[in-house]
Amino acid sequence: MTDESSDRIQLMQGTLDMLILRTLVFGPAHGHQIAKHIQRTTNDLLQVEHGSLYPALHRLERKGWIAAKWEPAGKDLKREFKYYRLTPAGKKQLIAEESKWKQLVGAIARVIEPAEEG
Amino acid sequence: MFWRRRQQREHDLDRELRAHLELEAEEQGDANAARRTLGNQTRIKEDVRSAWGWTTIEQLCSDIRFALRVLRSSPAFTVVALSSLALGIGANTAIFELVNAVRLRNLPVPNPQQLVRIQIRGGNRGMGISGDESQLTYPLFLQIRDHQQAFSGVLAWSSGGGSFLVGEGVQSRRIPGVLVSGDFFPTLHVSPAAGRLFTPDDDHKACAAPGVVLGYRYWQRDFGGRQSAIGRRLIVEGHPFEIVGIAPANFSGLEVGKSFDLAMPLCARGSVLPKWQADPSRTDVYWLAIFGRLRAGWTATQASQHLQAISRPLMEATLPVGYTTFQVERYRSRTLDAISAENGISSLRGEYDTPLSLLLGITALVLLIACSNVANLMLARATARGREFAMRVALGAPRIRLIRQTLCEGLLLASGGALLGLALSRILSDSLSRFLGTETNPLFLDLSLDAHVLAFTASMAITVCVLFGVMPALRASAAEPMAAMKTGGRGLTAGRERFSFQRLLVVFQIAVSLVLLVGALLFVRSFRNLATLNPGFRERGIVLASFDVSRLNLDLPGSRNFERRFLSEIRSIPQVETAAATTMALMGDGVWSLIFEAGSAREDARVAWVSPGHFDLLDIPILSGRDFNATDTENSPKVAIINQKFARRFFGNANPIGRTFRSRPEPNYPAAEYQVIGVVHDTKYFDLRQPAPAIVYAPSSQDPTPDSYWCEFYIRSQAPPTAVIANIRRRVAASHPGITPGFRVFQTQIEEGLMRERLMALLSGFFGGLAALLAVIGLYGVIAYIVERRRNEIGVRIALGARPFTVIATVMKDAAALGATGLAIGAGCSLVLARATASLLFGLSPRDPLTLIAAAGLLAAAIAVGSYLPARRASRLDPLTALRPE
Repeated sequence: MTDESSDRIQLMQGTLDMLILRTLVFGPAHGHQIAKHIQRTTNDLLQVEHGSLYPALHRLERKGWIAAKWEPAGKDLKREFKYYRLTPAGKKQLIAEESKWKQLVGAIARVIEPAEEG
Repeated sequence: MFWRRRQQREHDLDRELRAHLELEAEEQGDANAARRTLGNQTRIKEDVRSAWGWTTIEQLCSDIRFALRVLRSSPAFTVVALSSLALGIGANTAIFELVNAVRLRNLPVPNPQQLVRIQIRGGNRGMGISGDESQLTYPLFLQIRDHQQAFSGVLAWSSGGGSFLVGEGVQSRRIPGVLVSGDFFPTLHVSPAAGRLFTPDDDHKACAAPGVVLGYRYWQRDFGGRQSAIGRRLIVEGHPFEIVGIAPANFSGLEVGKSFDLAMPLCARGSVLPKWQADPSRTDVYWLAIFGRLRAGWTATQASQHLQAISRPLMEATLPVGYTTFQVERYRSRTLDAISAENGISSLRGEYDTPLSLLLGITALVLLIACSNVANLMLARATARGREFAMRVALGAPRIRLIRQTLCEGLLLASGGALLGLALSRILSDSLSRFLGTETNPLFLDLSLDAHVLAFTASMAITVCVLFGVMPALRASAAEPMAAMKTGGRGLTAGRERFSFQRLLVVFQIAVSLVLLVGALLFVRSFRNLATLNPGFRERGIVLASFDVSRLNLDLPGSRNFERRFLSEIRSIPQVETAAATTMALMGDGVWSLIFEAGSAREDARVAWVSPGHFDLLDIPILSGRDFNATDTENSPKVAIINQKFARRFFGNANPIGRTFRSRPEPNYPAAEYQVIGVVHDTKYFDLRQPAPAIVYAPSSQDPTPDSYWCEFYIRSQAPPTAVIANIRRRVAASHPGITPGFRVFQTQIEEGLMRERLMALLSGFFGGLAALLAVIGLYGVIAYIVERRRNEIGVRIALGARPFTVIATVMKDAAALGATGLAIGAGCSLVLARATASLLFGLSPRDPLTLIAAAGLLAAAIAVGSYLPARRASRLDPLTALRPE
C-alpha cells in the first residue's frame, strides 16, 4: 500500500467534485465508469479512492448538480446501473469551478516558475 | 413515509455498491481484490448517509433506542413512572372527555355554527306549563316560522326527553322519542342511514298514515339493522306508524345527554300525547325547542335583533287565555332572542358545569403530584447515574447530547403514559357516564375520540414531559467528570443542595394533596349531610306507580271515579299496606304551582291534589285540623290542607284553620276559594338542597281537571319493592289489560336526585386519596434516598453509640420539617381554593375548620408512616457494613 501510493498524488480537497462533474460532461455514467475514467485520463497518476467517490456522488446529487437514474447497461438488459448525469445547475457549477481552478493553477505556476513568465 | 423513503435509499446504495464490486471483480478477476480497491464499505455507507443529511434524525432514533434500553433495564422505575403518569393523564382525559361531550362538541350536522336556538329573552319565567325555561309553544313556533327572514329554516322538536309506549299488550315498552317538525331533518341537512327522513310533507294537518323515523341504535338493536324494517308498522301509543327511514348513526338529536329511538312528525301528536299537550291552539303549553339555521351572511346577533323587531305582532297573535290581564300584558311585552347553538342544548350544562370544571382542576393537581413523583425518581436516578454521565462527558459527549438523551427518556415516559392514559380514560369516562345515567333518565353522551380530546391528551403529555423531564436533564448534563469519577459515587455526606429541589417537590406534593384531601372531605361531608337529611316525609318502603290509563278513554267525571275505584283496588292487593293518589309526586320530575291570595298576601305555592290517607302514608304529621275524607266531594265546599310555611306566609301567626284563600286563574284551573281544614309539617318538595316551599294540598275529589291519562299512586309496603311491583303488575294486567303501569322506587328516585353530590364525593374522595398516596410515596422515596446517601454518617453515629431511637428521631425530624411546611402551605391554599366549592356544598362552609383539621391530621399520619419506614431501616444499619470501604 505504502509504496503503491508513494508515486501517486493525493487528491486535493474539493477537486474530486470538479473531476466528477467534468467526467459527466461527456455523458451519463455510473460510479464505476466515473472512477475508471478519472484513473485512465490521469494515467493512473491520481489516486481516486473508490470509496470516497460515492459520498461525493451523493453529496453532488443532494446539491442538485447531478441527477441519478437506474438504467440497464447498453446491451446487457438484465443488469441495471445507477447512471449519473449533469444537470444545468451542475454545468454552471463546473464552469465556475474550472475558472477558479485555472486561476489557482496560474497563480501557483507564477510562484513556482516566475522566470518562465518573465 | 419517512422510513419507506429511507429504506429505499439504503437499498439503492447497497445495489449501487454491489454493482460496482461486480464490475471491478470482472475486471480484476478477483472478488477480494475488488473489495480491497473499494475500501471499507461500512465507512463508505456512513459517509454517504452523512451526505444525505439525516444525522439529526438518526441521532434522535439512536437516542430513543438508547432510552428504551435504559427504561427496559430498570423495569420497577418504568412501571411506577408509567402507571402514575397513566393514572394522572387518564383521569384528566376522562374528565375532559365528559367536558368535551357536554360542552364543546359540535352537533354532528353540516355547518353547525349556523344553528341558533330561538327563545323568549330571559326565558318564559314559569308561565304556563313548561319543561324548561327556553321552550316555546306550538302557536308561537308557527308564528316565528312564518314571519322571520333571518333563517333559511326554522325547526321545532319536543325537547326534554319524552318516552312513548311502543308495541302492544305485555310486550309494550316505553322508548325515548321526539316529535319533530317537518323542517327538522331538511334544515339540519341530515341524511338518512336507510330509507328517508321527514320532509315538510310528512307534517301536515291531516296527518293521515304518519311515518316514524327510527334512531340508528334502536334500529340496530331491535331490527338487527335490516333494510326490511323500512315500511314495517310500529304501534306507538296504540296507533300504527309506518317506519319510513333510519337516522344516521352519529345523529342522536340536538340535545346533549339524550338520545331518541323514535322521531315522529309534530302532526301526529294527537295520537301519542295527552290532549292538553297535543292541542295546537294552546298558547300556554311550552314544550318545543326551536332552532333556526342562519341565512348566509347573518350572525346570531343580527338574527336576534331581527327577532326582537318582529316580536310584538307574534306575541300579539299568541296571547295566552285564561290568565289575569296582568299576566297577559307581561306576555305581550316579551321579545324573542336567538342564541348560538352549534353544540346543541343540554340540561346537563347548568347542573354539571361547575362540578366538571372542579374535577378537571382536581385531576390536574393529581397529575402535578404524579409528575413530581416521576421527576423525583428521575432526579434520584440522574444522581445515581452520575458516574455514567461523567464517563460520557469525559469521552467527549457534548452536554446537549446528554440533555437530549435524558429528555428523550422523559418523552418516552410521557408519551407512553399518555397512550396508556388515553386507553384508561376510555374506560373511566364510559363508566362515569354510565354512573351518571339512571334507569328513568339514561344519559347518552358521545364520548368517541375527536380532535379536541387528542389535542388535550397530547398537550398533557408535552406539559408532563417538560414538568418532570427538564430538571433531571439539566442535572445530568451538569455531570463533572473529575468529581464524579473521584468520589466513585460514594461521598461521606451528600451535599444538602443536591436534594433541595427534591425537598421542594415533596413539600409541593404534600401541600397539593392536602388541598385535594380538604376538597374531598368537604364533598363527602356535604353528600352525607344531604343523604342523612330528614326531608320531612317517609322515604323507605314506598313505590311510586304511574298507571297509563289513556287507552280507557275516560271522560272528566269518569276519570275521577275511576281513580277512586282503581285506588281501592290497588289497596286490596296483598303486600300493599296502603296507597294514596297524588297529581305530582314529591321529589319527582316536576314542580306544579299556582298563585294564591289571602288578604294582602299574594304568592305562588306548590300545589297537589291528593287522596285521603296521603299524609298518613308518607308519615307527614298533621299538626292541626283533619285529613281529607269521604265528606270532601266534588260538590262540597273546596277545602285545603296547607303546610307550616304556607300558613306563616299567608296567615302569619294566626290559627289558619277555617280561614280561606283564593287561587288565581290559569287555563283549566279557574279561580277558586279554599277553606283551610288542616296544617301539616313542612317537607322538602322537589330538591333536597332547597328549603321547604309553601305547599297547598287539595282533595283529589275536587281536582278541577282530573288527568284522564295518568294515575299516580304512592304505594307503601313492607315487602321488597321488586316483589310488590311484580305483584301489582300481575294484578293490573289481569283486571285492566288496557292499563300500562310504570314503577319507581321512591327512595331510589330521591337518591338519584343526589347524583351530582354522590359523583363529587366519590371522585374527589378517590382523587384525594390517590394524591395523598402519591405524596407519601414521594416523601418515602426522598427520605429513603437521603438515608441511603447518609449511610456513612449514620453508621458512624451508631458506631459511636447512638441509640436506634435517636437515629429514627434524626431522620423523622427531617421528614417532619418537610411535612409541616407542606401542610402549612396546603392549609393556606385550601382556605383560598375551597371557595370554588361553595356552590356545591350543602350544610357546611367551604372553610369548615373541622374538615381542614381532619384532612391535615390524616395526611400527617400518612407522612409519619411514610417516613418511619426508612427511619427504622436507618436505625438498624450495621455500622460495620456501612463503614466498610468499597
